[in-house]
Amino acid sequence: MSKLVSLFCGIIFGIGLVISQMINPAKVLGFLNLFGEWDPSLAFVMIGALIISSPLFHLFKNKEKPIFSSSFSISNKKEIDKELIFGSILFGAGWGLVGLCPGPAITSIALLNVSSAIFVVSMFIGFYIASKTN
Amino acid sequence: MNIINFTPISALTGGLLIGFSVFLFFILNGRMTGISGIASNFLISKNNRIDNLLFLIGLILGPLIYSYFTNQKIEISITNSLFFLIGGGVLVGLGTKISGGCTSGHGISGVGRFSLRSIIATITFMIVGILTVLINNIL
Repeated sequence: MSKLVSLFCGIIFGIGLVISQMINPAKVLGFLNLFGEWDPSLAFVMIGALIISSPLFHLFKNKEKPIFSSSFSISNKKEIDKELIFGSILFGAGWGLVGLCPGPAITSIALLNVSSAIFVVSMFIGFYIASKTN
Repeated sequence: MNIINFTPISALTGGLLIGFSVFLFFILNGRMTGISGIASNFLISKNNRIDNLLFLIGLILGPLIYSYFTNQKIEISITNSLFFLIGGGVLVGLGTKISGGCTSGHGISGVGRFSLRSIIATITFMIVGILTVLINNIL
């Protein structure tokens, strides 16, 4: 059942990225263009996602176990370390260059766009390099 | 600052769907949604590999299902040179793996449960993204 849930959650997430137009890097770059011609849409996507998920996380956070799995697997890391900051800086730079982050990048594979495919392959190379150097 | 191309209703609607997906993944499978984590763990780790693959397939099915039912063609625009596409992709892969999350993992799942780590990560990548676009516009 958890496998079906994973597929279903991916589909809903992907449709959300399409409807919100976050699948389009031009929209994302419009948001990051704060000091130019600014498109605030991305902020509304985050607000929409947070007003649903945040209250429900807090409502169910003391639940003993999830419905289709034996336990919750949620990071309990607390420390603000240099990896967090350094990684976020690298991510922000790549995001600002192209306007793609992992969700929209993978979702856009459906459109058979060569540029996004090149980006996704490069992103996986990045994952691999980071996993080997840790 | 001029505001252009603002689409608040579709942004909010899409955001609600994303939030709903994130909640379902949490309450049903016990996991926090972070696409960089799902994708990099699919590549690197044997744990939950099928689940992670199915989530990624779901993401790709999303636009296909949307187009099938609405008859709308989805248009995206990417104008980067090959060099910047590869550079940007590698930076996103490295950065999200090193910091342990992306726009979804830190920005939605982490911020949603008030994780200070994720709030700081989100502020950092937002500021750097804004600065990168600013510098790109000047050059």
